[in-house]
Amino acid sequence: MPLDFPFLYETLTTLLGGIPLTLQLALLSMVAGTFLAFGLALMRVSGNWWLDCPAQFYIFVFRGTPLLVQVYIIYYGLSQFPSLRHSVLWPFLREAYWCAIIALALNTAAYSAEIIRGGLLSVPAGQVEAARACGMSKLLLFRRIVLPLALRQMLPAYSNEIILMVKSTALASTITLMEITGIAAKLISESYRPVEVFVCAGATYLAINFFVARLFAGIETLMSPERRNLPASTSEKQEECHV
Amino acid sequence: MRLKSILAAAFVLASAGTTLADEKVVTIATEGAYAPWNFSGPNGTLEGFEIDLAKVLCERMKVKCEIMAQNWDGIIPSLTAKKYDAIMAGMSVTPKREEVIAFSTPYAAGINTFAAPADGPLADMPGTGESYSLDSQADEAKKRIDEIAALLKGKAVGVQGSTTASAFMEAYFKDAADIRQYKSTEEHNLDLVSGRVDAVLANATVLAEALTKPDMQGVKMSGPLFSGGVFGVIAVGLRKEDTALKAQFDEAIKSAIADGTVKELSLKWFKVDVSPRG
Repeated sequence: MPLDFPFLYETLTTLLGGIPLTLQLALLSMVAGTFLAFGLALMRVSGNWWLDCPAQFYIFVFRGTPLLVQVYIIYYGLSQFPSLRHSVLWPFLREAYWCAIIALALNTAAYSAEIIRGGLLSVPAGQVEAARACGMSKLLLFRRIVLPLALRQMLPAYSNEIILMVKSTALASTITLMEITGIAAKLISESYRPVEVFVCAGATYLAINFFVARLFAGIETLMSPERRNLPASTSEKQEECHV
Repeated sequence: MRLKSILAAAFVLASAGTTLADEKVVTIATEGAYAPWNFSGPNGTLEGFEIDLAKVLCERMKVKCEIMAQNWDGIIPSLTAKKYDAIMAGMSVTPKREEVIAFSTPYAAGINTFAAPADGPLADMPGTGESYSLDSQADEAKKRIDEIAALLKGKAVGVQGSTTASAFMEAYFKDAADIRQYKSTEEHNLDLVSGRVDAVLANATVLAEALTKPDMQGVKMSGPLFSGGVFGVIAVGLRKEDTALKAQFDEAIKSAIADGTVKELSLKWFKVDVSPRG
């Protein structure tokens, strides 16, 4: 198949129009999902059965069912109840935009909660004990010791989750939203050239996720001051090797 | 002795293989979500006008047919990728599609109209109950379309993506209405009932069937029945290189139209005769 560059260019520029919506969906659902995840993670590590159990159940349900099914249940399922259509929630749930954000947020909350819990549990007991010995209050200890260490630990897993979320926004196209994949589907229906259009759509997601990955790599370096001396120490080692 | 029996068995198998190959199998893809043209029945098997017609055509072509369901989105790319040999899925012949695949002689005409909630402002759009051909009555049809466009200003209209219905909306109502594309007609009907869209545009036969369902009680057809133009005619989609298969389909369809089989099946499934005229 010969490459049709004018068509590829036209496709790519049309797809760029879908980036703002894709980013909005990803960003808003990430923010809402992370708040929810933080609450869930605290419930999980609370040690209180009445808090831990509901959080566990939530995570079990949202991790165990496909995101597409969740999107459909929230968009097509909820609208089947007349009582909901007459409730104050309907102006929100009427819009595919909010349904997509709700579904994505609820889904990412389940995954992120476990990432945050893992981060919290990874904080060495010795550090907590030392802080306690210094007389820190529970809140101060959490803010100064536990949270910074946990954040650093969970960052790689969390950047994974964000990249997954950016890709998951593609499912919003199934409920009429014209984000990158929605526009791609429309272009295919007009041109019947799925290969070129999907390659362009894939390249667009790749570009977005390249920046997401770079951003998190940057944050990781920022949060690990001890590692910033790494190049110097490796060069020292190299010198040693030369000797 | 043992070698002999193995050889004999191999021979039997080989000859069985050739007899199987003689009976040609044609796989036909349909959507399975476009009642009453094609849909999954209560027990999961495919049913509908096109399923019945496909059986008739295969009998006349003297081939064994397998009918399978395929998502509308990828139905043309999968044909060119040889996942199956033919498409019978209420597919209209359009110049864009003809660039990629070949079509048999038509077996039905495409007739489309709007549907809207009976108690809403779009319940009785101009021309309700009238029929217009976008080819032979272009001017009258355009007049009705302009009247409807004024009514649809700022309203959300659902259509199934990659269809002649969406092509029609994009061509005539792009600036007037907020056109929302759905994966299937069933999905836009759900959103019409829940009030997310103010109207839908779809094949009249499909809408007529959908309106018989209890959930759709509050919905009625509105505006004229449009045919011709972008809606064109409905035919079997085939790969361009399969000219022999096309000739077989053409002959079978012509004979089924000539002896009234298409009309009979059309009346059975649609209550109206959609067999192509002229």
